[in-house]
Amino acid sequence: MSDTIGLILITIGIFFELAGCIGLVRLPDIYNRLQAATKCVTMGTCLILAGCVVLKGICSPIALKAIICAVFILLTSPTAAHALARGAHLYGVKLWDKSVCDMYEKDKK
Amino acid sequence: MNAALIYQVFFGALLACCSLCIYRISSGPTAPDRTVAIDIMGIVMVGFCAILSIVTGKDFYINIAIAWALLSFIGTLALAKFLEGRGFDE
Amino acid sequence: MRKMVLFIISFITWMLLTYQRETCLELQGVVVGLFAALLTALIFGETFAEEPRKLFDIRRYFWFLVYLPVFFYWCLLANFDVVYRVFHPSMPINPGIVKVKTSIKSKSGLAALCNSITLTPGTLTVDLTDDGYIYIHWINVESQDIEEASRIIIRKFEKILTRIFE
Repeated sequence: MSDTIGLILITIGIFFELAGCIGLVRLPDIYNRLQAATKCVTMGTCLILAGCVVLKGICSPIALKAIICAVFILLTSPTAAHALARGAHLYGVKLWDKSVCDMYEKDKK
Repeated sequence: MNAALIYQVFFGALLACCSLCIYRISSGPTAPDRTVAIDIMGIVMVGFCAILSIVTGKDFYINIAIAWALLSFIGTLALAKFLEGRGFDE
Repeated sequence: MRKMVLFIISFITWMLLTYQRETCLELQGVVVGLFAALLTALIFGETFAEEPRKLFDIRRYFWFLVYLPVFFYWCLLANFDVVYRVFHPSMPINPGIVKVKTSIKSKSGLAALCNSITLTPGTLTVDLTDDGYIYIHWINVESQDIEEASRIIIRKFEKILTRIFE
């Protein structure tokens, strides 16, 4: 029973990761790519680690380390995305042509 | 036998994710695009190591996953700070 | 005080990281762990928490437990949102950077708010200023007004986060 639940969790996680990577290739500019990739890949990896926890049982060493790894990823991945978005804007990457508004550019001057 | 087939499908899907990231690294129009793809590939590899630790039943792959997550985060922060001070290629 | 709290947290993390089923509490490992946690607490103790007395308030932990299911619900919704936008043939996106105002002041509260914004549907934090404004990249801009955008994006987290961190 727990094997089935773990494998289903890992399958959903890998589906989300594939969606994030396809978004990384398909979307038009760096901010949209960053959004799709960060959300989907973070949640997908957390679901894979949750599947590991379910497959191995909560008390085994692999499960405890997987929980620590999931907490690290949930804390660090949005921070890295934030730093990259700010760095890209200060580097001078423009938004997509059909974007609606850019208040950050307006306030920086 | 059935389980082994499922794990092979998992590894194939994760390698497809990595090849999409490598496509973005090789063809990204600007430097921040490449940095984003490198960061995302680091997190995908963490999931890869976790599945590897289940398949082989060995503990140390998950240690590799934790170390990889932290090192990827620090490297991305350093690259982002470097991008703020303008430019390495172009 | 804050050094003591940091010492306990890092010692627990060390024990979880080096946990083996056979050699659960071996003397050598515990001694090395105590030494490493002491070193961490002495070096980084000053920068750990702004107000340590907040760490001993039970109600904050209760609101944190309330916050977790809310956060994971929005997180899953964000994933399905991204899947819909990526696999749709014509990519229904309408991006832009908007500006919102928050009332949270403490640094850890702002960090938690920004991380939550990044993991919820269609939004990504770009920068934040000293006087409480956050610049957000929104994949589907519904309103460019500051009040309206704040109401749509951050009201769902701000109430609970104020109870946790303020």
